[in-house]
Amino acid sequence: MLRLYGKIFRTGVLTEGIPPASKDEAVEREGARLKAVIDKRFRGSLSIRQVDAGSCNGCELEIHALNNVYYDVERFGVHFVASPRHADILMVTGPVSRHMEAALKRTYEATADPKWVIAVGDCGVCGGEFGVSYASCGAVSNVIPVDLAIAGCPPTPIDLLRGLLSLLSDSVTNQAHG
Amino acid sequence: MNQSKEFVSKNSGRQESIITENLDARAMLDAALRSEGVKILPITPSPLLPADLTEIESEDWGKTAQQASAQNWRWAGAWAEDRGSDLAMNACLEKEGRYLILRTYLPPDEPSLPSHAPYYWAADRAERHIQDLFGIRFIDHPDPKRWIRHQAWDENAYPLRKNFPADGQPPPSTPPDSNYPFLKAHGASVYEIPVGPVHAGIIEPGHFRFQAVGETILHLEERLGYVHKGIEKIAEGRDPLGLVKLAGRVSGDTPVGHSWTACMAMERAAKVEIPLRAAYIRGILAERERVINHLWDLAALCNDVGFAAGYYQFGRLRELWLRENRALFGHRLMMNTLVPGGVSVDVPPDAAGRMQDSTASLRRELDELLPILDANSSLEDRFLTTGVLSSELASALGALGYVGRASGQRFDVRRDVPYSPYESLKVRVPVEVQGDVASRFWVRYKELRAALRLIEQMLAGLPSGDLVSEWRTPKEGAEGFGAVEGWRGEILCYVRFGAGGRISRYYPRDPSVINWPALEKLVLGNIVPDFPVCNKSVNGSYSGHDL
Ligand code: SF4
Repeated sequence: MLRLYGKIFRTGVLTEGIPPASKDEAVEREGARLKAVIDKRFRGSLSIRQVDAGSCNGCELEIHALNNVYYDVERFGVHFVASPRHADILMVTGPVSRHMEAALKRTYEATADPKWVIAVGDCGVCGGEFGVSYASCGAVSNVIPVDLAIAGCPPTPIDLLRGLLSLLSDSVTNQAHG
Repeated sequence: MNQSKEFVSKNSGRQESIITENLDARAMLDAALRSEGVKILPITPSPLLPADLTEIESEDWGKTAQQASAQNWRWAGAWAEDRGSDLAMNACLEKEGRYLILRTYLPPDEPSLPSHAPYYWAADRAERHIQDLFGIRFIDHPDPKRWIRHQAWDENAYPLRKNFPADGQPPPSTPPDSNYPFLKAHGASVYEIPVGPVHAGIIEPGHFRFQAVGETILHLEERLGYVHKGIEKIAEGRDPLGLVKLAGRVSGDTPVGHSWTACMAMERAAKVEIPLRAAYIRGILAERERVINHLWDLAALCNDVGFAAGYYQFGRLRELWLRENRALFGHRLMMNTLVPGGVSVDVPPDAAGRMQDSTASLRRELDELLPILDANSSLEDRFLTTGVLSSELASALGALGYVGRASGQRFDVRRDVPYSPYESLKVRVPVEVQGDVASRFWVRYKELRAALRLIEQMLAGLPSGDLVSEWRTPKEGAEGFGAVEGWRGEILCYVRFGAGGRISRYYPRDPSVINWPALEKLVLGNIVPDFPVCNKSVNGSYSGHDL
């Protein structure tokens, strides 16, 4: 037990830039802006339901990375939730495979209004490497309405943070879909 | 034979004995087949080296598997090919480091073939994949219901036939596959839990149908195919670089492994030898891929049993390596680093120095974490005796990578069918025998350390020279076979070129294809709440399986 505590103690809180060598300015800057918007619009809490609609799983790895100690997206009030019923945002990856089309539509319907949809990754944005075929519907917007596209193959965690922020800034003055 | 001699001179005595056994293994199988009246036509020299290629009559297809199974050949994969006038069907077997590819030809109209599934568990879904995409009927298949096909195309349409256009004729919207005939359990107090395709976490889609009594899992049936994206079809017509790009996205956690296997198959088909420096750099990239994925799954396994400190520590170490990947190779997951004929990234001395440092520092961190993990009784409580895959089952399935090696299966392509640069390196392959979640956890921990040692060996021995060899367009019909030990285990790939150096057939076999069925068995008798950690300890790729 002592060893564990020692390791935790020595590792320190990397998220807040301690020790200084690990300070990641880009995370801090984007994150702080994000937090301000979420505080204003959602009283400090924003729930995201991630849906892999046909991805190669590369995008999922980077979305996961948002939760590691360096990005720690939860400190900005952003949570990934288990059910679309609890979500404000659907974050959808992949070209939508035809076999996931119905499941994606149902997930969208199950999400309460107001809701936003973020298409993540080149595949989700435009079909990417896979495009449209007998097996793939291509972009997410071919299947459900999309409010924001975050391109990249896959987008980095910083790209994802920036994207989340831009979605909320735009919608501050607009009515949400639904 | 010449090739074998070369291996012997370069390698240890152990290799020599393997090669003699190889000849025996092949000779024994051939003898058994002949005594069964099977006509065998070995193609020499094999166009699929290092694999042997043997043609047999279609009516002998099942008999051949029966004999091979009796002699403990491992069933490694199958693929078909539409050649216009006929269909070619291939199955890949392996024993003692020797690959043998069986091939037969079928008429395009109503083709049928005796199934391998009665003799090989691993052949079950692979044949159904072919049945759905090529329309080949497998006689005596124990469970011939659809597999990769849901409702996006008609039962009588076969997307991998050449006359099926890549765009297909999909319905305006694809209905869910709601009438798939799952096995039903009957009886008092048995209940069903359907899970997915959309799961609760940030994870790929698939469906699991549990039958449980109380908390105990009585039966599990997997239903995959949700992320089928038509990879085999859209590969057709690509140029070699285009194929490498696609291969790097077969499974996003394995861009190096899959693009290497595809490059290897194409390079063999085109008779292009890559520079030794490029081979070393591929090796470094592949071992780094092993490191980041093992770190991530060790993190996730800790998380699944509520050990948050382990999750954050391993996740932190992984992120450091992702950042270093970005700094050194331009991409956090090392996508787009391989090209046909070599690599597109270099390792200049400062990069090598940096990797030496990060390797040493990761080892120090692991040294510190090991006693912490060891002393953590909650890890032990949850990992030990959970999700046991017996050595017998692992062997019957031909389980690959850490799933096989945690259950006593020793095979590792890097050591047993060595390819450059591993043929001149010392590859240590850790093996455990209990077959539980703990074994899979510790095998991966040990593989991680072995990978660090390999990275150091490769950095120290990195030869000078070019990064890419000039590409030579292979002639129409040229074919090639590749086998690489990815972080999940053996990846196989078959490639055939058409006119103008374009791809006419690409089949990547991710290790997940073989390992997914293991999960159905190893969860039996466990409690439902242990399913996530069992699943994570296998960590099959949905995308790599569904294609
Ligand atoms: S954008 Fe790239 S990483 Fe994301 S699903 Fe598509 S191919 Fe994979």
